Amino acid sequence: MSAGAKQALAAPLRQWRAAILLAVLIGAWELYVDLGGADPLILPAPHAVASAMYDDRGLLWSNFLVTAEEVLLGILVAAAAAAVLATAMHFFVNVRGAVYPLLIASQTIPIPMLAPILVLWLGFGILPKLIVIALVSFFSIVITTLAGFASVDPELLKLVRTFDMSRRRVFFSVELPTAVPGFFTGAKIAVIFAVIGAVFAEQAGANSGLGYVFTQALPQLLTARAFAAVVILSLFAIALFGALTLAERLTVPWAHAAGSQVGEIDR
Amino acid sequence: MIETPVQASRGPGVARAVDCEHAAAAVDVDRVSRGRQTAVQALADVSLHAGDGEIVAVVGPSGCGKSTLLELICGLQRPDAGTVRCAPAALMPQRDLLLPWASALDNAALALRAGGIGREPARELARPWLARFGLGEFERTRPAQLSGGMRQRVSFLRSLLAGKPVLALDEPFAALDAITRAEMQGWLDQALTAEPRTVVLVTHDVEEAVLLGDRVIVLSERPGRVVASVEVGLARPRRRADPAVVALRERVLAALGVSG
Repeated sequence: MSAGAKQALAAPLRQWRAAILLAVLIGAWELYVDLGGADPLILPAPHAVASAMYDDRGLLWSNFLVTAEEVLLGILVAAAAAAVLATAMHFFVNVRGAVYPLLIASQTIPIPMLAPILVLWLGFGILPKLIVIALVSFFSIVITTLAGFASVDPELLKLVRTFDMSRRRVFFSVELPTAVPGFFTGAKIAVIFAVIGAVFAEQAGANSGLGYVFTQALPQLLTARAFAAVVILSLFAIALFGALTLAERLTVPWAHAAGSQVGEIDR
Repeated sequence: MIETPVQASRGPGVARAVDCEHAAAAVDVDRVSRGRQTAVQALADVSLHAGDGEIVAVVGPSGCGKSTLLELICGLQRPDAGTVRCAPAALMPQRDLLLPWASALDNAALALRAGGIGREPARELARPWLARFGLGEFERTRPAQLSGGMRQRVSFLRSLLAGKPVLALDEPFAALDAITRAEMQGWLDQALTAEPRTVVLVTHDVEEAVLLGDRVIVLSERPGRVVASVEVGLARPRRRADPAVVALRERVLAALGVSG
């Protein structure tokens, strides 16, 4: 295992201060409910959420798989589209000029309103979910990847011109590797939005998924189950963020305090 | 004997403002002005000649258009007046600008890759050079783990392997500490003795100019004009403490308007 990967794995272990604060907050919540501060039907205690998570494990797991599939596919679609679009915008000033304002405008569309419209058009299947997830996560990846391309040192471009380097070679040898850390930054922001987008999409029309479970549980006053769905979604987003951080350390170790030798992956 | 793949012709699509069919590996800058229309004129009526294998050092105060002069020689800019005629030139920048993700070997081989050579053949060509420059055991090391002096050696090798007859060195050691700079000046002297090139060396270190140059061109403040041309004509390697070196240094400093 490379030094970068070890660092990435060790990082959560160093978060003990955050773990203590989290334990204190959960403990306070538990005490508040146990001492009669709130009706458990309105605010379930942490132990009730935990037991709901255990009792409903079959239901939660099968619906988690549905949401996870939507999020992962949505992120992949968004990442691929964003990488292609950012590259096109970097190469062609006309594409950039045409697309950039529309891209920003696309972010002003209220997703909770767009989602039901897409369901109306495309039905209860996975397609409207993918579109919503891709739409909310795509933007940050395009912007940070573009910034990555723009961060190439202009002096370096002058230097490679004196080597008669072709445009294609400059892209693959210089610009693309420079842009990769930016791509990862965008992708890490995007996974957080993607999970939120999945919930909106499921609430607009679905018959499975954790967003659907949540929407069904609340009116039935199965509050602990609804909370369990929220906790699972949060943990999923954190896990995705962690996985991307690890992937980033392995792919672009030079962007961090790097190991001393070039690792196996770039040989 | 290790051969440098010299690129006789320049690659397509590179707009050069210079006449590259110029015979031999000479640099001829004739009465060149640059930036006349802009608020800050960089160069005014500058002439400079470097014969085949000659090392011409250019010194001048900050902002006298030294870097502009090198970009003209490398074909990265066009003169507003006058002519630049020179053989193809490769730049070596002040900052090493090594690719942080690539090993020392791959950085050194970058210009070879530009010439269309595949990754492995380029590495094979660059490997013996890295060893010759005392970097053999660092071929897989990334720039962040190399010392400043090592990085400049890789950077120099990268420009050398571009295979151009002319090297344009832009304050190559300005970013180094004084001790490393002194070592690197001796190292560059040896490297150029072993591997002669026509060199235009821009520096603001007068001692460096006298130690390394066959001739020292002194530029005035912006807009840069040639105020003196000092022939060095001393045997190599030169010593800092040599009275002849010290005397030449004082002459150049006097031309710059700095009294000893």
